Amino acid sequence: MEPDVLDGPDTTDRAGARVVSVIVNGERRGGLAPVRMTLADFVRHELGLTGTHLGCEHGVCGACTIILDGAAVRSCLLLAIQADGATIETVEGLAEGDELSPLQQAFHRNHALQCGFCTGGFLMSITAALRDGPVTADDEAREVLSGNICRCTGYAGMVRAVRETSDEIYGADRNGERG
Amino acid sequence: MKPPRFAYHAPATVGEALELLGGYGDQSKVLAGGQSLIPVLSFRLSAPEHLIDINRLPGLGEFSRLPAGGWRIPALVRQRQAERSAALAESAPLLTEALAQVAHPQIRNRGTICGSLAHADSSAEMPAVMLALNARMTIASASGTRVVGADDFFLFHMTTAISPDELLLAVEFDDAAPRTYTSFTEFAPRKGDFCLAGVAATVTFGEDGTVADCRVAAAGVAATPLRLRPVEDLITGSALDADALTAAQRAARDAVNPPGDVHADAAYRRQLVSVLVRRALSAVKAKKGSDDGA
Amino acid sequence: MSARKTTAGADVPPKMIGARIERREDFRLLTGRGKFLDDLEMPEDTCEAAFLRSPHGHARVLRIDTSAALDVPGVLGVFTGEDVRPMMKPLPAKVAHPDLQEIPRLPMALDAVHYVGEPVAVVIASSRYVAEDAVDLIDVDYEPLPAISSTAAALARNAPLVHEGARDNIAVHVTQRAGDPDAAFATAPHVLSETFTVVRGGGHSMECRAVAARFDSVTGQLVVWDSTQAPHYARNALSALYDMPEDDIRLIAPPDVGGGFGPKAQFYGEEAVIPWVAMQLRRPVKWIEDRRENFISAMMERTQTHRVQVAFDDDGKLIALKDVFEHDQGAYVAGLQVPMITLSTVPGQYKIPNIHTELYACFTNMVPTSSVRGAGRPQAVAAMERMMDRVAEYLRLDPAELRRRNLIQADEFPYKVGLMFRDGSPLTYDSGNYPELLRGTLERLGYDEWRARQAELRAQGRLIGVGIACYVEGCGLGPYEGAKARLTNSGEVLVTLAAAPQGQGYETVYAQIAADAMGLDMRYIKVTTGDTGRIPFGQGTFASRITATAGPAVLQACQQLRDRIFTTAAVMLKVEGENFVFRGDRVTLPDDESAGVTLRQITQVANVGKHGITLARGVPAGLETSSYFAPERAAYASGAHAAVVEVDPETGRTQILKYVIGHDCGTVINPLLVDGQVLGGFAAGIGNAMYEEQFYDASAQPLTTSYLDFSLPSAVEVPPVELFHVQSPSPLNPLGAKGAGEGGTIPAPATVANAVEDALRPLGARINEMPVTPPKIVGAITAARR
Repeated sequence: MEPDVLDGPDTTDRAGARVVSVIVNGERRGGLAPVRMTLADFVRHELGLTGTHLGCEHGVCGACTIILDGAAVRSCLLLAIQADGATIETVEGLAEGDELSPLQQAFHRNHALQCGFCTGGFLMSITAALRDGPVTADDEAREVLSGNICRCTGYAGMVRAVRETSDEIYGADRNGERG
Repeated sequence: MKPPRFAYHAPATVGEALELLGGYGDQSKVLAGGQSLIPVLSFRLSAPEHLIDINRLPGLGEFSRLPAGGWRIPALVRQRQAERSAALAESAPLLTEALAQVAHPQIRNRGTICGSLAHADSSAEMPAVMLALNARMTIASASGTRVVGADDFFLFHMTTAISPDELLLAVEFDDAAPRTYTSFTEFAPRKGDFCLAGVAATVTFGEDGTVADCRVAAAGVAATPLRLRPVEDLITGSALDADALTAAQRAARDAVNPPGDVHADAAYRRQLVSVLVRRALSAVKAKKGSDDGA
Repeated sequence: MSARKTTAGADVPPKMIGARIERREDFRLLTGRGKFLDDLEMPEDTCEAAFLRSPHGHARVLRIDTSAALDVPGVLGVFTGEDVRPMMKPLPAKVAHPDLQEIPRLPMALDAVHYVGEPVAVVIASSRYVAEDAVDLIDVDYEPLPAISSTAAALARNAPLVHEGARDNIAVHVTQRAGDPDAAFATAPHVLSETFTVVRGGGHSMECRAVAARFDSVTGQLVVWDSTQAPHYARNALSALYDMPEDDIRLIAPPDVGGGFGPKAQFYGEEAVIPWVAMQLRRPVKWIEDRRENFISAMMERTQTHRVQVAFDDDGKLIALKDVFEHDQGAYVAGLQVPMITLSTVPGQYKIPNIHTELYACFTNMVPTSSVRGAGRPQAVAAMERMMDRVAEYLRLDPAELRRRNLIQADEFPYKVGLMFRDGSPLTYDSGNYPELLRGTLERLGYDEWRARQAELRAQGRLIGVGIACYVEGCGLGPYEGAKARLTNSGEVLVTLAAAPQGQGYETVYAQIAADAMGLDMRYIKVTTGDTGRIPFGQGTFASRITATAGPAVLQACQQLRDRIFTTAAVMLKVEGENFVFRGDRVTLPDDESAGVTLRQITQVANVGKHGITLARGVPAGLETSSYFAPERAAYASGAHAAVVEVDPETGRTQILKYVIGHDCGTVINPLLVDGQVLGGFAAGIGNAMYEEQFYDASAQPLTTSYLDFSLPSAVEVPPVELFHVQSPSPLNPLGAKGAGEGGTIPAPATVANAVEDALRPLGARINEMPVTPPKIVGAITAARR
């Protein structure tokens, strides 16, 4: 049986490439992807959205986290072609023009970033989590953050940023502790 | 860490997928959630010539009730999808409890339950859970479908009863009998890591309050998830009182011969699994106790 | 931050040093517009590199066949050590020693490999994907040789040699002494001996290493982008290797570097090979390290084993300290700073009249070791602070009281320890208040209350422990650091730092310092960093040195610029000898703001001038200044950590119930950022204390090569911390600043180990190794039972 696309040893990367169409940050975009290209590389190099970073390429550090069809995923663990037809959100889509989202502002206020390399992934993981519901305790905030790794900040500012943003979105729980 | 070249196939029907597997067999790998497979490719630990992407196959994305009671979870059910189901939580709390321990939500959003079973890492949660639930695996090939019970499904490290030309289509398990209580507990260096040891226990009590039936499966202590039959035998007929729990802990120690590696030596794993057995059974007892008190 | 208003209503710039200013860098980083190296838009024809790395810890390279790799479509070239011969000169050690056994470290392997991960060849191709395909096709014949995988193996009698032809496996053996330790030990009332082993791992910045280069054959200029902490060091290395004048090499650390922590302050073979290859191919080339490479070939810290002896009297007063330690230096000495720092850090905050510290830095067949946040100090602090707890236990004295009895007092500065520090100057602590740090830390911990509760909780069968660790941290190192300040044609002050940031907020902090130096609002000041083409001299960001060196340099350069600006304004306003001030972007007199000139007007006169027209008398041409600050010697930050833990003896799980950090980095320039540094360092410290352990097997094969085997702490593993500051300004620089980058890390392993052993005291279990992990705790309990 003939496969849909042959990307065997006799071809260069481009010959076996397929068109991948996505809606990214509300905009219809497309690009060419060899079948083995990861979604992370596609987003960064074909779509030119370099805010999503590669920290480990094996699904642990979370720097590559984006939102795909409403769910936070490691873009290094998906092939670009798997995302054909999908709706993607990346860090570049969070702000409205020059106006930062409440979460981005909370990060800024709370010094929740230093080198910034992991920041895009964290913002997307937190955005997805806050869509699920409020975060009303520091322990819960730490759980939300635990799927991403930061080597610079020690997470303290991020915990506050998550709590403040949750309070802003859902209203502050008077009994929630703040640490 | 870029994947090596492969020929990519995205079959549109299960039949097509099975034909591809029939043709390419051990030259191919199935791509479902990809959370285990893609790192393997990125590390170039494996270079299959053919990748068969089953994500577009219809009819495999929803779990459903079995006519006689129980659940059928087909190949494309994502872990997060199952985790969020109130019906599953009510009916199969062992599965729900374990799912919350699997990696992180970002992985569970893509990873599939069947994928974890087919990958068969003995430190993973799903294999131990399905062993404890006495699940049945539905395996299909171009020449037909067969069912393999969990006891016979896991053969060795990363090796199952699935042949190279076969596809794990679904996993099924029956509803628990009345007066059944379960517990999943694991110990990992950090939450979300592969566990150093884990225990999945289901215990059915008779009307007299003693253990009528049970299955206790351990993760991370052998080449496959391991039924701790000496523990099961020992607690059957007991009321899971303090003496029984102590004896169960001791029996667990003797029932395993775990490996040592950079994460933990064998002696530690042995102690750990025995403690987790006691704690899991203690949790079972407490759940029963609170039900009895209610 | 609002400006103070004068009665005249114009804006007086607010005081910046000490102000909690939010960072300018944040906007681009939060919106995905960071400029990390692999995010930069490189020229269309840029190709990508992948390295073939040694799979053996030690082997001869008999033959390399690159023909199959060259045949892969999309491959532009394959280079081995032989192919880059002209630039294959030894890379000098960053920190050396007269007694160092020098073994040349070449940019790529030639006829032998000495560690798994050593670069053997590089493939240049149209994409990284293709390059990796080609790497897989390079065929190498190796003859494996015996490999040394530990310092014990290195020092064993008749041990195989890490390097053929070497004298032995000792890179250097150094002893430091103060007083007369031999006599002191011979006559002391009490002597205790212990052995402690500390294992650390890599820096694991989230961005791995990266180098890109483009050669302009028309101008003969090489431009190199390098995700480095030390642009000038790297540029100077390239200049020496390539025999090119340093001005023909422009080395730029991108505006954003995703973490450094030490490994990126070293110079690697890859940094030499990539630009060379770009020059040969006449195509821009980019190498983006992946995490697997980072695990095996980025420099790290590994194992130190300390044999510690202390002599003391009945009251616990320390009489003598002896610490003989083995340090795993790896296959080459890229720099000796880590063990040299350990050597002089051991005495810490204590008055110890007799000291003997002795280092055996051993060659092993593993990737060279070099600084990782803490840089040899965590190990020294672990040795001393673990020993202090053992002394306290021996004397049945409270560990806090034992420390109090031995601390250097606040009025005893400058304090001469009697040893040399690694910067070549006598170890002299400049300032500090150690008793206050300890007192404040213990008060916030609730030390006395926890000790009282500990007895109760132990009776209930719970294992609660309290641990303390104090430290002194040499920082603010020379030789110098520099800054330029210029009034640009658009009327903005541009501060140019040689130093390169990796998240420390230089664009903000140095604008704060410049603002105060000039009395000019920060909004008119811009900071640029890390480009050898913009400023000729620099050393790099490491060892918590930049605030104390670049800070004063910026201060001085900006004060000088201000003076030149005011001199020009005086000529333009025809006013003599007055005290000008800045109000907004104008220079005016403080009590008469009607007459003034804007920065733009000033720059027109002094910088731009009128073509062919004589400059007005008294106007200094060209409003640019530069200043290099060379500290007289290192400054010494200090701190005290304390923790309460609970240990589950069945599983070894340790929970940190409370953690307090007392920190003294002298003057705090921006409290928001300083706290960020301390808390970030603390997370790394927790990693060292409880999670991160790099393993190699007996044939020097790395066993921990991914995040599936090596755990970095997430937000769940890092407990909340109560942090407070003591500010003992340093007399060694005009800002009074010391370093803040490593204090969160340095004592954390010792603090946690002390707390865990304290928790296990009823069981008699001993903790002699760090990190403290659940299996080790259970092992210690089991051993104690026997």
